[in-house]
Amino acid sequence: MNVVVCLKQTFDTEAKIVLDAQGKVDANGVNLIINPYDEYAIEEGIRLKEKFGGEVTVVSMGGAKVAEALRTALAMGADKAIAIQDPASYGSDEYVTAQVLAKALKEVPFDVILSGRIAIDDGSSQVAVRLAEQLGIPSVTSIMTLSVEGNKAVVTRDIDGGMETVEITLPAVLTAQKGLNEPRYPSVAGIMKAKKKEFKTFTLKDLGMDHGDAGFAGAKMKLDSISLPAPRQAGRVIQGEPVQAVSELVRVLMDEAKVI
Amino acid sequence: MLDLTPEQQALREMVHSFAQDVVAPGAAERDKTGEFPLAIMKQMGELGLLGLPFSEDEGGTGGGYVSYAIAVEEITRACASTGITYAANLSLGISPIYLFGTKEQKAKYLPHLFQGDYLASFGLTEPEAGSDAGGTRTRARRTEGGWILNGSKCFITNASYAGVVTTTALTDPEKKTKGISAFLVEQGTPGFSVNTPYDKLGLSASNTTELVFEDAQIPEENLLGTKENVGFKQFLEVLDGGRISIGAMGVGLAQAALDAALKYAKERKQFGKTLSSFQAIQFKLADMATQVQLSRLAVWNAARLKDAHKPFSQAAAIGKLHASETAVKCALEAIQIHGGYGYMKDYPVERYLRDAKLLEIGEGTSEIQRLVIARSLGCA
Ligand SMILES: Cc1cc2nc3c(=O)[nH]c(=O)nc-3n(C[C@H](O)[C@H](O)[C@H](O)COP(=O)(O)OP(=O)(O)OC[C@H]3O[C@@H](n4cnc5c(N)ncnc54)[C@H](O)[C@@H]3O)c2cc1C
Repeated sequence: MNVVVCLKQTFDTEAKIVLDAQGKVDANGVNLIINPYDEYAIEEGIRLKEKFGGEVTVVSMGGAKVAEALRTALAMGADKAIAIQDPASYGSDEYVTAQVLAKALKEVPFDVILSGRIAIDDGSSQVAVRLAEQLGIPSVTSIMTLSVEGNKAVVTRDIDGGMETVEITLPAVLTAQKGLNEPRYPSVAGIMKAKKKEFKTFTLKDLGMDHGDAGFAGAKMKLDSISLPAPRQAGRVIQGEPVQAVSELVRVLMDEAKVI
Repeated sequence: MLDLTPEQQALREMVHSFAQDVVAPGAAERDKTGEFPLAIMKQMGELGLLGLPFSEDEGGTGGGYVSYAIAVEEITRACASTGITYAANLSLGISPIYLFGTKEQKAKYLPHLFQGDYLASFGLTEPEAGSDAGGTRTRARRTEGGWILNGSKCFITNASYAGVVTTTALTDPEKKTKGISAFLVEQGTPGFSVNTPYDKLGLSASNTTELVFEDAQIPEENLLGTKENVGFKQFLEVLDGGRISIGAMGVGLAQAALDAALKYAKERKQFGKTLSSFQAIQFKLADMATQVQLSRLAVWNAARLKDAHKPFSQAAAIGKLHASETAVKCALEAIQIHGGYGYMKDYPVERYLRDAKLLEIGEGTSEIQRLVIARSLGCA
C-alpha cells in the first residue's frame, strides 16, 4: 500500500496576524507548523504503511521553510519527501496548487492520497478534491474512520448532525477530520533518521510548468484585498431595575443594534 | 535563535509539544500530591528521550549534549519535578554505567534504562559528606566473591524507582579519596534498603531517598568498571556532565518564570493600563529575558564543548552557576510582577521559586561552583 500525504505549512495557531505596508499578511518572525488537520493525514498514512507495508511519500508546495514541515513528517515515519519550492508559486490559488501537486505526483506510485480536510489559514477545503479531479480518481472528505481491504476502503465521514459511511474504490483521495487518530510525536530516532531519507526538491520548471502557469499569474482567483476583523467594541452594561433594564435591552436590540 | 542543526531544531519542537501537551497539565497537581511522574518517564523512553545524549553504538539515540540540554530545558519549563527526574536519571544514573561500565555491565543495564523499564540513581552524598563528597564514610570490605557494604547515603534522587544505583564507598580508607570505588547496587540486594524520609521545599513530585547498607552483599562483577580505587575520578567526571543538565533546568525554570510574568503583565491592569506598559515592569521583563538568554548560551557552550570532546569543566560550572542563580532571580521577579497573586498557589510562580532553589544546591552548591571556577583560573 503506497500512500501520498499532501501537507501544507501554515502559521502557528497562536500566531498574531499582522498586515504589512502592502496589505499582505506579514510572515516575518511567525512560527510555522504543519497544518493540524494534515497531521492526522500523516498519522493515518503511517498507520496504513505499518499495517500493509509500502511507502509513505509526503508532498508540499510552500515557501523557504517548507522543508522543515516535510522533515517533521519524515521524523514521524514517512519515507520520502517532495518539496515544490519556487518563488514564482507565491500567490497560487487552489486551482494552481492542485495542478502543481498532480504534476509532482506523476512518477509517484499511490493507492491512497491523504490530506487534511481544511488548511487553517485559507480555510478553503478545495485543494485535495481538486487534485482528485485532476487525477481522475474519487475523493471523500472529512473522514473519521478508515478501513482498507484489498482495493476498497470503507470510511465514515463527519456530516452535519451525524456520520455517513461510504465505500470507495482505490486509488482515492481522502481528507482527514479531527478525531481520525491521535498523531504521534516524532521519536528521537525518527528525527535522527529523517536526514537520511530521500528528499526531492522541484521548481515549477522541473515540473514542466511556466511561471505564467502558477502564482498570481496562473491563479483563476484574484485576491482583491485582505483586512483584519474589526476590533471588538467594548461591551455595554444596562443599569437599572430588571423590568426597566429588560425593556431598555429590547429597545437597544431593535432600534440601535437592529438585530431583531 | 543560533545555529541549531535541523535535528536539534526538530527535537526542540518535539520535546516542546510533548512537554506542553503531556507534562505541563499535571504539574501543579503533582506538586500538591507528590505523585511521581513514572508514566511520563515511560513515554519518554518510548520517544527515545532516555537515550538522547548517548551514542548509537551503545544503544542510545545519539543526539549529543546540546540536544539533551534542550530536552531538559523544555521538560523543566513544563514541570521541574519531572525535569529533575529526567536529568538525574540520565546524568547521574545512566552516565556512570555508560562512561565506565564494562561491556557486560552496559549490556545488562543500558537497554532497560534507555527503554525506561526502570530508572537509575547515583548515591554519592552522605550525611557527613556533601560538598566534600570525597569524605565518603560508606565502607566496602573485600570478601570472597565480592564486597560487603556498610554505611548510608542521603538525598539520593530516583532510588525508589531505580533498578540499579551507582554507589561510592571506601575500599582503601588509608588512601582517602584515592581509596574510593564505585559499585552497581541492584534493587533487592540483601542488606540494601531505600527509604523516603524527606518532606521537601519544592520538587515535590521528584523522588528523594536515603540509602542504607547493612552488610549489603555486592557480587564481584558489580564493581563499576574493572578497577578499584578510581571512584573519586569517576564521580568528578559524572558531576561535570551533570552540571550541564542542572544548568539546563535553570534555563527551563527561568524561561517558565519569564513566560508566566510576561503573560500576566500583558493582562493585568492597574491605573487603567496593563502592567506591561509600566517601564519599571518592562525593565524587569527585559532583564529576565537577557539573563535567560545568557544562561542558555552558557549552558549550550558547555554542551557544545562536551560534544566536541574538549575540556568543559569550567564551562559547565559557569553555566550551572549562572543558570541556577538566574532561575531563582527570575522566579522572585515573576512573583513580584504578579503581586499578591504571585504569593498564592493559584499561580505557578511560587512553585517556580520553591523548585528553583534546589538548583543552587544540588550537584555542587553555588559556592562549590565558584570554587571550581576559581581553581580553573589558577587560584590555589
Ligand atoms: C533534592 C535533592 C536531590 C539530590 N540528589 C542527589 C543525588 O541524586 N545524588 C547525590 O549523591 N546527591 C544528591 N543530592 C545532594 C546534594 O548534591 C548535596 O546536598 C550538595 O552537594 C550539598 O551538600 P550538603 O547538603 O551536605 O551541604 P554542605 O556541604 O554541608 O554545605 C552547606 C553550606 O556550606 C557551603 N560550603 C561547603 N563547603 C564549602 C567550602 N569549601 N567553601 C565555601 N562554602 C562551602 C555550601 O555551599 C553550603 O552553602 C541532592 C540534594 C537535594 C536537596
